[in-house]
Amino acid sequence: MKIVTANSLQDGAVVYLGDDDQWTPQLSGAARFEDSDAKDVLVAAQTRIEEITDAYLVSIDQDGAITGRETLRETIRKAGPTVRLDLGLQAEQCA
Amino acid sequence: MYRYDEFDATMVAERAAQFRGQVARRLSGELSEEEFKPLRLMNGLYLQLHAYMLRVAIPYGTFSSRQMRRLAHAARKYDKGYGHFTTRQNIQYNWPALVDVPDLLDDLAEVEMHAIQTSGNCIRNVTSDQYAGAAADEVEDPRPWCEIIRQWSTFHPEFSFLPRKFKIAVTASDNDRAAVRVHDIGLRLHKNAGGDTGFEVIVGGGLGRTPYVGHTIRDFLPKEHLLSYLEAILRVYNLEGRRDNLYKARIKILVNAEGAERFRGLVEEEWAQIRSSGIDLLREEIERIHAYFEAPAFEKLPGESVALNAQRDGNGEFDRWLRVNTVAHKIPGYAIANISLKPIGGIPGDISAAQMEAVADLADQFSFDEIRATHEQNLVLPHVRKEDLFKVWRVLKAAGLATANIGLVSDIIACPGLDYCTLANTRSIPIAQRISERLADLDEQESLGELKIKISGCINACGHHHVGHIGILGVDKKGEEFYQVTLGGSAGEDASIGEIVGRGLSSGDVVDAVEKLVQFYKSERNDGERFLDVYRRIGADPFKEALYAAA
Repeated sequence: MKIVTANSLQDGAVVYLGDDDQWTPQLSGAARFEDSDAKDVLVAAQTRIEEITDAYLVSIDQDGAITGRETLRETIRKAGPTVRLDLGLQAEQCA
Repeated sequence: MYRYDEFDATMVAERAAQFRGQVARRLSGELSEEEFKPLRLMNGLYLQLHAYMLRVAIPYGTFSSRQMRRLAHAARKYDKGYGHFTTRQNIQYNWPALVDVPDLLDDLAEVEMHAIQTSGNCIRNVTSDQYAGAAADEVEDPRPWCEIIRQWSTFHPEFSFLPRKFKIAVTASDNDRAAVRVHDIGLRLHKNAGGDTGFEVIVGGGLGRTPYVGHTIRDFLPKEHLLSYLEAILRVYNLEGRRDNLYKARIKILVNAEGAERFRGLVEEEWAQIRSSGIDLLREEIERIHAYFEAPAFEKLPGESVALNAQRDGNGEFDRWLRVNTVAHKIPGYAIANISLKPIGGIPGDISAAQMEAVADLADQFSFDEIRATHEQNLVLPHVRKEDLFKVWRVLKAAGLATANIGLVSDIIACPGLDYCTLANTRSIPIAQRISERLADLDEQESLGELKIKISGCINACGHHHVGHIGILGVDKKGEEFYQVTLGGSAGEDASIGEIVGRGLSSGDVVDAVEKLVQFYKSERNDGERFLDVYRRIGADPFKEALYAAA
């Protein structure tokens, strides 16, 4: 399974393509795509240049958790720097 | 300090206005990211993991209280209340929004700052000795020549699209604090037998995936010919440097492929063609630039301060800070005060807005308004009266800026690594933090003496691991962080590239490994020998054994 991630154009924040076709900062809100469909979804997402930049696919497992070689990188993108837990999405969730 | 003339002010203001238009067109979708990316990079704006990152230039590491206060203002208004000093004497903001960057750049332009030459394949912000103009051991202040290079290189039409980025560093001391032997061009001001000052010109050094110590292609270049000679080098590189392969595009690859002798020949040939064509500055212009760097109005003071000697008696903490963090000044009664941005367990190079303001106030009151950024990610107050050092130290201590560890084992260079950087394979900062915590005891650190640990989170080597006495390189192994240890590197006048000692270590093991290496050094050293000296005396094998045998 795949999800689409990108950085928001205005502020660079990490976003995911949601079920409603809108961008969300929550990984849990990311729409899941079969590997076979994901490429087309990504190509469509990449045309939304007024909203985002640097869109690409991330692998997830059946439970929606990030998987594969880039797990650490994607986990840090999702949450924020591991050395500043007061910054990034992780900070909002703790607060 | 240099102050902008009308040309500088106009160039910076026009560039900021131009970028404002480019940002607006990107936001409206008129420009694609593909079109916009080279434009934003020309203005120091990167996209990192969590946000944009703006790298602001501090030419040759010299800046004022007013500029530091503005950096603090920018950290609060446009970022998350902090900044990060880099290994090239610049400062980075990790969280600015694209929509705010034009305003941020306008705010910086008001205090003669910008983000030009901090990215892209141009001649980058020139770096220098952080003690320039203050050091007891310098031949002369190298900064006028840095400023001359800055003016020559900024928007140089011929060198705006080089094969790759290009970094120049200048020192005027035999004790190289600017790492000139590992730059694309390193310049060392020195005196020849006749008593004249000129440049040793070193070319083709660098770190990254193919590290090299540079080659001296000229022992003595008369100062007035600096620009024509630099232009000759850049011309040869611009023409002959590879553009077909990103990884082979730096000048170090060209110099080492051609051989230093042949490269020197090409440069001399080119120089013979252009040296009389009006590139070099006239004497009056050289003098005009030098006038900006006239020494501040130092007082006539006794070499020793009675008050200081009384203050250090019975205050061990202050006494240690004096021993470790202050350096001899060329003027009697003054000292150079280093400000460590490496608190035990902290993030190397990070500084909060409040800390920036504390430093600005100190510079204002006690250092003729001058601050320096170092390539080792620390700050310097270059001109402090010895009798003011106690006051300075108390303020620094209250601000959390008085860690007495300059040049010691916890004064670690670390790149931002995977906590921020899109290029990184692994994290760097947490390794630095854990080493610093493990070896926290300052008595022990001082007894270990000079020991430079440098950590990079990928092969691009922004953390200078190749030239660490102990270098640590993060590598990704099937999604797991591993760390390769190198030993015996040096960025100083005795520059050398460290050697890999063996298989990579897990993030859990690498801190133990550093401790083992440090303990082994202690057991082997003779009086006065630094870690590097012992390594060079006994070689890699005993260290390898110490590291891997018991494991």
